Amino acid sequence: MARGLRQLIPAALSAALLAALVLGTLGAVTIRAGGFGALRGPDLSALWFTVWQAALSAALSCALAVPVARALYRRRFMGRGLLISLLGAPFILPTIAAVMGLIAVFGRRGFVNEALGAVGLPEVTIYGAHGVIAAHVFFNLPLATRMLLHGWQAIPSERFRLAQSLGFGPAQMLRHLEGPMLRRVLPGAALAIFLVCLTSFAIALTLGGGPRATTVELAIYQAFRFDFDMSRAASLALVQVGLCLGALVVSLLVTLPSSSEAGLDRPPVAGLGAGLVLRAQDTLAIAAASAFLLIPIATILMRGIPTLGALPGSVWSAVGTSLWIAGGSTLLTLALALPLALAAPRHRWAEAAAMLPLTASALVMGTGLFLIARPFVNPTSLALPVTLIANAALSLPFAVRILIPEARQLQADYDRLAASLGLTGVARLRLLTLPRLARPLGFAAGLSAAFSMGDLGVITLFSDGETQTLPLALFQLMGSYRLDQAAGAATLLMVLTFALFWACDRIGHHADPR
Amino acid sequence: MLTLDNLTISQGEFRLVANLTLATGSRTAVIGPSGAGKSTLLGAIAGFIAPSAGRILWNETEITRTPPGARPLSILFQDQNLFPHLSVAQNIGLGISPALRLSRADHTRIEAALERTGLAGLGARKPAALSGGQQSRVALARALLRAKPLLLLDEPFSALGPALKSEMLSLVAEIAQEQGTTLLMVSHDPDDARALCPQTVPVENGTAHPPQPTDALLDNPPPALRAYLGP
Repeated sequence: MARGLRQLIPAALSAALLAALVLGTLGAVTIRAGGFGALRGPDLSALWFTVWQAALSAALSCALAVPVARALYRRRFMGRGLLISLLGAPFILPTIAAVMGLIAVFGRRGFVNEALGAVGLPEVTIYGAHGVIAAHVFFNLPLATRMLLHGWQAIPSERFRLAQSLGFGPAQMLRHLEGPMLRRVLPGAALAIFLVCLTSFAIALTLGGGPRATTVELAIYQAFRFDFDMSRAASLALVQVGLCLGALVVSLLVTLPSSSEAGLDRPPVAGLGAGLVLRAQDTLAIAAASAFLLIPIATILMRGIPTLGALPGSVWSAVGTSLWIAGGSTLLTLALALPLALAAPRHRWAEAAAMLPLTASALVMGTGLFLIARPFVNPTSLALPVTLIANAALSLPFAVRILIPEARQLQADYDRLAASLGLTGVARLRLLTLPRLARPLGFAAGLSAAFSMGDLGVITLFSDGETQTLPLALFQLMGSYRLDQAAGAATLLMVLTFALFWACDRIGHHADPR
Repeated sequence: MLTLDNLTISQGEFRLVANLTLATGSRTAVIGPSGAGKSTLLGAIAGFIAPSAGRILWNETEITRTPPGARPLSILFQDQNLFPHLSVAQNIGLGISPALRLSRADHTRIEAALERTGLAGLGARKPAALSGGQQSRVALARALLRAKPLLLLDEPFSALGPALKSEMLSLVAEIAQEQGTTLLMVSHDPDDARALCPQTVPVENGTAHPPQPTDALLDNPPPALRAYLGP
C-alpha cells in the first residue's frame, strides 16, 4: 500500500501546485473585490455583451457550418483533404494574427473597402460588435464544420441508400436523415463555441471596445490598465469566474462532441446531391467558406513576407522572448499534466485538479497574480515568469484530456506485465510510459507551445512596454498603424506557431518506437 | 512448495476459496467451467488480485502481500506478454534487470536463452515482426532467464494452432524439468492436461479443490466438471 501511495506523489504535487495557483488567484481576487459594489453601469453592459455576442457567434458559426459540412461530405474534389486539415488550423492559429488578417481584408484600407469605394458604395467597418462576432465566426466556423462533418460521416451509408431507393428528395433527406443528426450534434457544437467566446479577450481588445463591444475580459483589462481601479478589476474578475463556472457546469452536464477524432472518411453514397442546383449550392458553400477563411491568412502572408527583412529589432527580441516562454510553458505543462493523466484513470481527483484552470480565464489569473505579487515586488518585473506560468496552467486541461485516454489504454494493456516484472519508478517511465505515450505527449506539447506562442492575455496586464512577447509587439505595431510591419510580425508569428506545433508533433511521432 | 491456506477471493457476488498445496517441482493443471475462477486463482497467486482472506506461502515464507514483481514466480498471460515497442532482446532483458541495465554477461545469457527457445538471431526484432508462436517463445525465454521456482501459465498458447500449442507445451515441460520449476497451468483442453500434468486442480462451485491425479479425475469427473467436459 505504501508503494501505491508513493506512486501518487508526483500527481499529488501537480494537483497541489495547480490548486495553489488557481485557488490562490481566485482568493486574491475575491478578497480585493469585496463583493460586486465596485461595478458600474458599463460593467453590466459588458456582461450583457459577453453573453449575447457569444450566443450570436455560436448560432452564426453553426448555421453557416451546415451547408459547408454537407458540401464537404458529399463532394470530392482536389484539395478536399487539405481543406479539411486546414479546418483544424484555427485551433492553434494566434488570435492576433488572424485579426490582423481580417483587418487587412475588411479594414479601412482593406481591399473589400477599396472595391466598394471603386463602385461608389459606402465602406464597411470591421470595428465594433459585428467585427468581434465576425472574428469569432472566423475562428469557430471551422470547428463547427468539423463537428458536423463527423455527424454526416456517422450516418450509416445504408440509410442514404435506402433513402435513395425510396426516391427521397432533399427535403425528405433533411427530415429523415440529416435532421435527426443535426438535432443531436448542433446543440453540443453551439455550446462549445459559446463557451469559447465567453472568455474572448484579444479579439475584443483589437476589434471591440467602447460601450457596445466590450467583453468582461476586456473590461478587466481596461479597469486595470486605464483606470488603475483594482477593486473594479477584481469585481469584474469575479463576474468572469462566475461565467466560467457556469460554463464548466453546463459542459459537464452536456457531453460535447469531439472535433479531434479522425472519423471514417468513406466515400459518400453515389448519386447524393446530384442535380445542378445542389451542385451549385455546394460549390458556393465551399468556395465562400474557403475564401472567408483563407484570404485573410493569404493576405497577411503576401503583405508580410516582403517586410520580414525590415522588421525592427524589437520584434526580433520579442521573438526570442516568446520562444523561451513557449518552451518553458510547454515543459511545465507536460511536467504537471503527465502525472495527473497517469493518476486520473484510478483517481477522480487528479482529473478534477487538471480541470481547475478552466474556472479562471487568462485575465482573471493575471489580475489575481498581480494582486498577490504587488505587496512584495514590482509586478512588471515578473511579466515573463507570470506569463509562462499562466500559459502553462491554461493549456493544462487540454493536455490532460489528450493524455488520459492513452494513459488508460497503457494501464489496461501493460500494468500486469510491468508489475509481474517489477518494472517501476524511473525505469517504468523510461521504458514503458514515455515510449508508449510519445505521440499524445508530442501532440499535447505542440498544442501548448502553440497556445503559449500565440497568446495575448496575461502579458497585456503586466508588460511595462519594454518586455514584449511577439503577439504584444504585433498588437503595438497595429496600434500605431504600421500595418506593413504588423503584417510582417503576423507572418512571423503564424509561421513560428505552426512550426512549433509541427516540430513537437513530429518529435512525438519520431520518438514513438511503434 | 506452494501453499494456499484458506485463500479467499471475493469480487462482488463471486467468491472462490482455495485450500491446497503443490509440491516443489510438480506439474499441475487447473481445469473447470469458464467463469469458475481459474484465471482469478492465478491472478491472486501472482499478486494482481488482493485476497479478502487467507494466506499464500512459498515454502515457509508468506507472500500474500508481496508486490507481483517480487514474488518467486513468473506468469505468462493469455495476451500482452511483450512490450511491442521494445526489441525481442530487450523484452527478454527485462527479466534480468527491469531497468534494462545489462552487462555483457547478461547479453550472453540472453543469446543463450534465444538459442534455447529456437529464436537464435532474432534478438534485434520487434515482437510485431515475429509469428505468434515465436512471440510465445520470447515470453518463455524471459521466464527461463528469470528462473523463478514457480511458473504460472494462464493459457498463453490458446491463440496458437493445435500442433504449435503442443510443441510450446512440451518446450515448457522441458524447461520446467531442467530448472526444477513448479508448474501451474490453466487448461481448456483435457488432452493437454493429461499429456503434461500428472495432477489437476478442479475449480467448480466457488472452490479450488486440492490436486488429484489427472487421469483418474478426467476418467471419472464429478458432475459439474462432467457437464463442462461433455461426454
